[in-house]
Amino acid sequence: MRGVNIFSKAQAQWLGVALVAIALIGLPFALASVGTAWVRIANLAILFVFLSLGLNIVVGFAGLLDLGYIAFYAVGAYAYALLASPHFNLHLPFWVILPIGALVACLFGVLLGAPTLKLRGDYLAIVTLGFGEIVRIFLNNLSQPVNITNGPQGISRIDPFRFGSFSFSQTETMLGLVFSGPIKYYYLLLLLLLLAIVVNLRLQHSRIGRAWEAVREDEIAARAMGINTTHIKLLAFAMGASFGGVAGGMFAAIQGFISPESFVLVESVMVLSMVVLGGMGNIWGVVLGAVLLSFVPELLRYTVEPLQKSLFGRSIIEPEVIRMLLFGLALVLMMLYRPAGLLPSAVRKRELAKVAA
Amino acid sequence: MSEVLLRCANLDKRFGGVLALAEVGFSIKRGEIYGLIGPNGAGKTTLFDVLTGIYASEGGGFRFAGEALAGLRPDEIAARGIARTFQNIRLFGNLSALDNVMIGRHVRTRAGVFGAILRTRATLAEEAAIEKRALELLGYVGIAARANDVARELPYGDQRRLEIARALATEPKLLALDEPAAGMNATETQELKKLLERLRADGITILLIEHDVKLVMGLCDRVLVLDYGRNIAEGPPREVQRDPRVIEAYLGGAAA
Repeated sequence: MRGVNIFSKAQAQWLGVALVAIALIGLPFALASVGTAWVRIANLAILFVFLSLGLNIVVGFAGLLDLGYIAFYAVGAYAYALLASPHFNLHLPFWVILPIGALVACLFGVLLGAPTLKLRGDYLAIVTLGFGEIVRIFLNNLSQPVNITNGPQGISRIDPFRFGSFSFSQTETMLGLVFSGPIKYYYLLLLLLLLAIVVNLRLQHSRIGRAWEAVREDEIAARAMGINTTHIKLLAFAMGASFGGVAGGMFAAIQGFISPESFVLVESVMVLSMVVLGGMGNIWGVVLGAVLLSFVPELLRYTVEPLQKSLFGRSIIEPEVIRMLLFGLALVLMMLYRPAGLLPSAVRKRELAKVAA
Repeated sequence: MSEVLLRCANLDKRFGGVLALAEVGFSIKRGEIYGLIGPNGAGKTTLFDVLTGIYASEGGGFRFAGEALAGLRPDEIAARGIARTFQNIRLFGNLSALDNVMIGRHVRTRAGVFGAILRTRATLAEEAAIEKRALELLGYVGIAARANDVARELPYGDQRRLEIARALATEPKLLALDEPAAGMNATETQELKKLLERLRADGITILLIEHDVKLVMGLCDRVLVLDYGRNIAEGPPREVQRDPRVIEAYLGGAAA
């Protein structure tokens, strides 16, 4: 049976957008009815989408493998924490700090990019991995002789986002609806995420985006065509890093506490997995990958143990272990059956087809 | 017409113990098609790589449109007006033909990150101009119908044409073509010849590496012959063809 076409294609698209918008607006209340923990998970998921979008600029657009991306997240988080906590007794407003965090992360991006410009593939991956670790170890040890980062204890009592007397951490009731802190953050994050997506889409379809693609496809040809590859690669690192910086600032504010433990290598790998699983180079694929990899492990956390209890009467495998097992299995299956990702970019699909041929 | 566009003097390039270019010197006049021939391994492509900044020469230098360019980066040289194609085609294979040519416009346009993000009126106008020019160039080389096809999937001859269109997008004063007819059949070569003649008529100076003798003879105003990195003859094709040193280089010492 053939469906009847009630809507034109454009109308159908707008209808789709409207439905997604309604779902996204309603989501936090649906989640809150299950438990506030789920709203927090949604917020973290948005942060990971943010991170994946940033990493996608470096890995997906410019084709530079970066295994230390979480360092920029850390830089942004610490920038926020140091400027808005009792640690230095500074309490700058968030709209001042977030741009500062982006800028500092951007600077670190150039710092990482500059010495690695001549490296490709494996070598670049190893250097960036080292960079990520260096940043984390610095954060861990910069408590002596002058206490800057407070070492492994981390920084606590970080200010939440505040507009005058309107704080994002307090619960309020408006129009008969209960807006808890996480719900308020959710809407702010969603807004910023939309902005980030627009920025990414526009960058991709621009002169700069094309230059990134050219560098990824054939660096020598790109240079011969007049592209300053040094400049364009640094730009990719800087742009990617600033997204990480903003995400880090939001993370610090939402959690209220950060320590170097949040910025370990596994986190970098996780973000990279989101990008690869979703579909490198395709913004919507990356969004999907980040959402899936943020939510599915949490779902497993809440289902694996009860399931084992009901089947065997006791918990045989720790939920944490089984989570990583399933995660690994999912990645292996993905690479076998959909190597270009869930929603691959057309270009990437062609690249992989060439490799396979 | 007789004004010198490119003048090279005493170019040396060494790879380890191998002297790839030895005291190569020549000059190309504005508006001519200048051929570069020689046996395999004579240093023709190395000379291209030096002229486009991929390799730095160890000795000598070259002046292009009155400016010394030796030691500049490839992108700086492209900005000054030398564009090239590659012997083993180097298109951005997974991108569309149109995107390939649009990337060639990079060096003549200026939109930056903020322009791209804010989509200012200037950026939008520039984008539209880039696309329009790219489509024109695809038409110029005769593959307008292929604009949205993936570069790698184009027929071989069209890939060569696309590479020329991409090079033209950088608005070169000198177009350096590395074996553009390689792998083409007779019909395709004929069409290529027409395209190159049209380029000359439109005022673009061409430096041409080519093995197809008929094409070189019929097209080039002057020819430089390289052998083991040295120039052994220069002049109009008919004269060079009869030069005993050239015959020896191609056929070996026994034939002379």
